[in-house]
Amino acid sequence: MTALLVAAGAAVGAPTRFLVDRWARHHYRAGTILGTLLVNVVGSFVLGLVVAVSREPGAPSWLLPLVGVGFCGALTTFSTLAVETWVFWEERAWRPFVANLALSLVLGGLAAVAGYAAGAVLS
Amino acid sequence: MARDEVGPGLLAAIGAGGVLGSLGRWAVGLALPHTPSQVPWGTFLVNVTGSAAMGVLVVWVLSMDRPHPWLRPFLGVGVLGGWTTFSSYAVEGRDLFASSSPWLGLGYVLGSLVVGLFAVGVGVTAGERLFGRRR
Repeated sequence: MTALLVAAGAAVGAPTRFLVDRWARHHYRAGTILGTLLVNVVGSFVLGLVVAVSREPGAPSWLLPLVGVGFCGALTTFSTLAVETWVFWEERAWRPFVANLALSLVLGGLAAVAGYAAGAVLS
Repeated sequence: MARDEVGPGLLAAIGAGGVLGSLGRWAVGLALPHTPSQVPWGTFLVNVTGSAAMGVLVVWVLSMDRPHPWLRPFLGVGVLGGWTTFSSYAVEGRDLFASSSPWLGLGYVLGSLVVGLFAVGVGVTAGERLFGRRR
């Protein structure tokens, strides 16, 4: 049952990421980087919220596997962030290298903290 | 089919890839459970192996004359995007800061990135041995 919830969330999360990425590439020159950043920040906020809510007694048991493990897990990506950052390193493009890492860490971290705080207040 | 065309078939392929990768990540999480104050080795493992695999994938796709337009979205966005996760990485980093020590949190966050970037390099090198140099 839990596996089905994970699968259902992932089946929505992965195509959503693809569409966000594609939208960003059509509208911005740094599209692939921005698309990855956007899904990772939004996903970190939502997961923080879901984790905080799920730790409260009486929280619905479907919430974390469906929205957290499945949707947020498939929406966000570590492998693409790593490969995009690695390319900057290879090209000795230090400013984008540092900017990409710093933005991902700071905004992703703040989003996780804010989402968790929001979830703790809500529940 | 135009390369940029997005049809229901492509989105379904990406969704199927995401389901495969995410179920794998979920299984790894079950095999390597952790509390909020412990280092999440399961997430570390999927992120590092997924980064190495992404390095191989990029070289492989670049080595093809005419890769199927669904190949990279299915494997890169779907399977590896589902296998790896930034959201768990961020929230578990938060957990370590909040319930263990800031140093452990910092070590996990920076360590995952350094090892993940190194893993991409290892994957690219392996890919070049297997499929020839990038063009």
